[in-house]
Amino acid sequence: MLSELRTMWEIFKHSFTRADTVEYPEEMPYLAPRYRGRIVLTRDPDGEERCVACNLCAAVCPVDCIALQKDTREDGTWYPEFFRINFSRCIMCGMCEEACPTYAIQLTPDFEMCEYDRQNMVYEKENLLINGVGKYPDYNFYRVSGVQTGFKDKGEAKNEAAPIDTKSLLP
Amino acid sequence: MPTIFIDGQELEVNEGENVLEACLNAGLDLPYFCWHPAMGSIGSCRQCALVQYQNEEDSRGRIIMGCMTPVTEGARFSLNAQNATQFREAVVESLMLNHPHDCPVCAEGGECHLQDMTVMVGHRDRRYTGKKNTYRNQYLGPLIHHEMNRCITCYRCERYYKDYAGGKDLGAQASHDHLYFGRHEEGLLESEFSGNLVEVCPTGVFTDKPFLKQYSRKWDLQSAPSICTGCAVGCNIAPGERYGKLKRVHNRYNHEVNGYFLCDRGRFGSGYVNSDSRLDYAGIKAADGSFMAVPQQQALDTVADWIKGKNVAAIGSPRASVEANYLLRELVGDKQFNAGFSDSEAQLMAAIRQILKTTKALNPSIKHIESADAILILGEDVTNTAPRVALALRQAIRNKSYQLAEQMGLPKWQDAAVRNLAQDQRSPMIIVSAMDTRLDDVASHCLSMAPDKIAEFGVAIVEAMAGESTSNKQAIKVAEILQSAKNPLIVSGASMQHWDIVNCAVAIAESLCSKKTSAMLSLCVNEANSIGSALLMPEEGPSLAQLIDNSPEVLLVMENDLERRLTKQQMQQLMADGTQVISMDILENATLGASDLVLPVASYAESQGTLVNMEGRAQRHFPVFEPSAERLSSWQWLLKIGAAIGHKKISKLQDFDQVVAACAKSHADFAELTKAAPDNSFRDRGLKIPRQTHRYSGRTAMNAGVNVHEPQQPHDNESPLAYSMEGLNRDQPASLTPYVWSPGWNSNQSLQKFQAEVDGPLKGGTAGQRLIASTGKGATKKATLAAVEMRAKHWQLVPMHRVHGSDELSVHTDEIAQLAGIGFVALGVAVAEKLGVTEGDGVVVATADTEVRLEVCILSRVAKNCIGYSAGYKETLALEAGSLATLSVAENWQRRQPQMIATDKVATSPVIGEGDSAHV
Repeated sequence: MLSELRTMWEIFKHSFTRADTVEYPEEMPYLAPRYRGRIVLTRDPDGEERCVACNLCAAVCPVDCIALQKDTREDGTWYPEFFRINFSRCIMCGMCEEACPTYAIQLTPDFEMCEYDRQNMVYEKENLLINGVGKYPDYNFYRVSGVQTGFKDKGEAKNEAAPIDTKSLLP
Repeated sequence: MPTIFIDGQELEVNEGENVLEACLNAGLDLPYFCWHPAMGSIGSCRQCALVQYQNEEDSRGRIIMGCMTPVTEGARFSLNAQNATQFREAVVESLMLNHPHDCPVCAEGGECHLQDMTVMVGHRDRRYTGKKNTYRNQYLGPLIHHEMNRCITCYRCERYYKDYAGGKDLGAQASHDHLYFGRHEEGLLESEFSGNLVEVCPTGVFTDKPFLKQYSRKWDLQSAPSICTGCAVGCNIAPGERYGKLKRVHNRYNHEVNGYFLCDRGRFGSGYVNSDSRLDYAGIKAADGSFMAVPQQQALDTVADWIKGKNVAAIGSPRASVEANYLLRELVGDKQFNAGFSDSEAQLMAAIRQILKTTKALNPSIKHIESADAILILGEDVTNTAPRVALALRQAIRNKSYQLAEQMGLPKWQDAAVRNLAQDQRSPMIIVSAMDTRLDDVASHCLSMAPDKIAEFGVAIVEAMAGESTSNKQAIKVAEILQSAKNPLIVSGASMQHWDIVNCAVAIAESLCSKKTSAMLSLCVNEANSIGSALLMPEEGPSLAQLIDNSPEVLLVMENDLERRLTKQQMQQLMADGTQVISMDILENATLGASDLVLPVASYAESQGTLVNMEGRAQRHFPVFEPSAERLSSWQWLLKIGAAIGHKKISKLQDFDQVVAACAKSHADFAELTKAAPDNSFRDRGLKIPRQTHRYSGRTAMNAGVNVHEPQQPHDNESPLAYSMEGLNRDQPASLTPYVWSPGWNSNQSLQKFQAEVDGPLKGGTAGQRLIASTGKGATKKATLAAVEMRAKHWQLVPMHRVHGSDELSVHTDEIAQLAGIGFVALGVAVAEKLGVTEGDGVVVATADTEVRLEVCILSRVAKNCIGYSAGYKETLALEAGSLATLSVAENWQRRQPQMIATDKVATSPVIGEGDSAHV
């Protein structure tokens, strides 16, 4: 008996406390920048696509919802010919972001992706690519890695010496 | 067998092997880089370090290199001792000092031995803060991509390319930490085996260039065990597919056939599978000569309508599977079936069939060829007609050095020491040919003779061996060499289309057998299933000429471009006769164009079939991916046609296994065809063998662009493989190994986990089934030497086969077409001087019936009165081997631009910059 009264009292008390839920969508909840929502492909500080089509995101994806094909630009750099995420399968686990060696693929705090037609949940590269660097403002894979590109010669990557003259006998 | 102890574990090991091999055989993971099972040890990378202890009391021990230390009775080692693991980690750390850290954009990533070993030793953080060495890359032709920054200086590439494959134009340059592996200048790698660098290099210095253009990671490729259709050697391959495109071809280990290596035609010559000139739909020729695409059922109805109750003849194909040829023969009957060889080749193939069935000599596998200690090659440029055999011959001539090493007590795997010991001493190899061959550089004797003279020379050798007096001193010398050998090998073949040469080769081999027991006879034939077709060739079947003269009402042509088999007149006769021609093929060609109805056929990568290689080994290839559009395998078309016309026998057959069984039942030669590979009922732990890796990605996204609802995976109801990730790629029969992978071993080095022992057969045995067992009665026929009568100012035409260009299908691959160039005529220096032409000029070659304009190629040795021509090129299809031709300089000849090919040979004008002076 006592317990039932106590329960009723507690419930009554709650009528006067502030609600934890918000009136979504009139009121938007706060989502931290590291919230794992819709996936985007970012660009490097020079404005080029960051993705080098290494396929690691696709390999690590537990639901296999990323598919892409590598292509090569004229200067020899790699980029994805197509890059497709099937968001109707995506579980927003963020493992693709962790696997990405170039900070290209990033998760954003946007979760509002409802569609009436499931086909619209399939995002191609043009739907994924944003005009910004996302969470990592400075990194450009091709400036660090020791491959020759249109804008840097051999020996101009991070920590590299000038190309070796194989005809020289000097140490 | 000695016993050794590794970390206290007692191991029984093979006598004479090294500790690295012993560890790998025991299933222990000992990292290595420079050691290769086919190339032995040189101890250059210092990666396979272990600790060896003097005795049981010794607790300190000393570091030794596993690959350089022979196993000795009671020796004690430790793999896990702290100083050994630290040493190995330090080695990888120093190898990584100059590494460019470009794995995301490296085609080796995901199947990189360096990645695997780095993870295996536990190296993670870079401590070195200095600058990295960098190197300029080289252009190495259309097949191989070079990225020198990734090099770890293990020397494998140089040892493979120069020592193993006999290449001359790739090697180590510079010294100390400036070491560079490349050519002396940019240009095409000249070796026909350059593609193996891709698999030999433990990191990404040499990668597959055509694959790079449409790259996918190893784990994303769907693979199936397959057989190369480039030539008759029957190398085992593992092609990989993704997004409906054949992406690349990798080697598939077969202990007795190709081992670890392929030729460049096999590795890079499958691009035609993705070609735009593939047929997608059946077509019926309209009145205006154009083809109208029709659905499969309509095409079948039309075919049934045409052939029912009519006089139907059929031409099979030596490049199509045994099953397809068998069904075609059943469909039309023996008297109306032609196997599809040209008439001259058919006679030769019938003879070769008889030889293989009756010869006293041993018909060797490629592994066997490597054991020869004296080699006689009659008339065959093996590197161009059966490339992988030539690579084996290059190993066979090393047997001399192994003999010397054995006398010194040196193990065979001590590669540098064995080579040092032998220097230039090699087992004898005598090449008797009309002109240059690609093995001349390692031959002990090269003799240039016209084809008829080669046969005469062969007879002289037989006479000399029989002790009869002969005036031919060279023949006596050759006879002596062969008779003093333990395992002599005679190589000849069908490429010269000269029966006498083959007959002489048999005679020589058999007369050696009478004195010794193990003389070997290897006969090269032209196409992937030449022997299979020869075995299926009916005795009473019509020749092509007879078949055309009979003018059947309907002619079925299967996977055969008759332009390559018939003369122009025959071709015209066939088309003018009012015969309705139904042809089925993979690519567009002249025969399809001239047909009334065409059926699209699946390529080897999309179909199942058995091919019989030159040694008579039946090997099965399985579809890598489902054929697109309305393509079907030839045998599937024939089953459907048989059912549509209610053929008594064929309409009872439902699937591939039934076709195989029916073929095995009706032909004694194919009685063991069913053993070529397990049938559809095979299950491993209840599941089929998966074609996809366990990490195959993108399954729910790859088709989502078209439809978000994922289609069901295609079912394979014909083979023991599944289009799936489910199942285990482990412990299966060797013929069902689609790819190699093992935990921790992502690169192709994981092969050692599939081998029963290092460099031995696979755990699942050896793929394929030898069909031909010789009766040993002897096949020698009395030679009736018919010599071509020479005329003044005429030359005899000798066919010259080319790895890139002579094969019908592979030349439809862009890269191969680029390397093949255009049809050529090969002249000796004297003839060229007389005509006043140089390499690249044009010459008109005129025979009795035709005249062709060809590019000049100049050779260093050519037999008297002979000129060579590029066999199998479309420009030279009208030329016939052995016929006489005259030469004149071609007018208005446009020289081709010098290619980036064989830069050593092509004279390019030197580029002179400002202030530079030209070299004189």
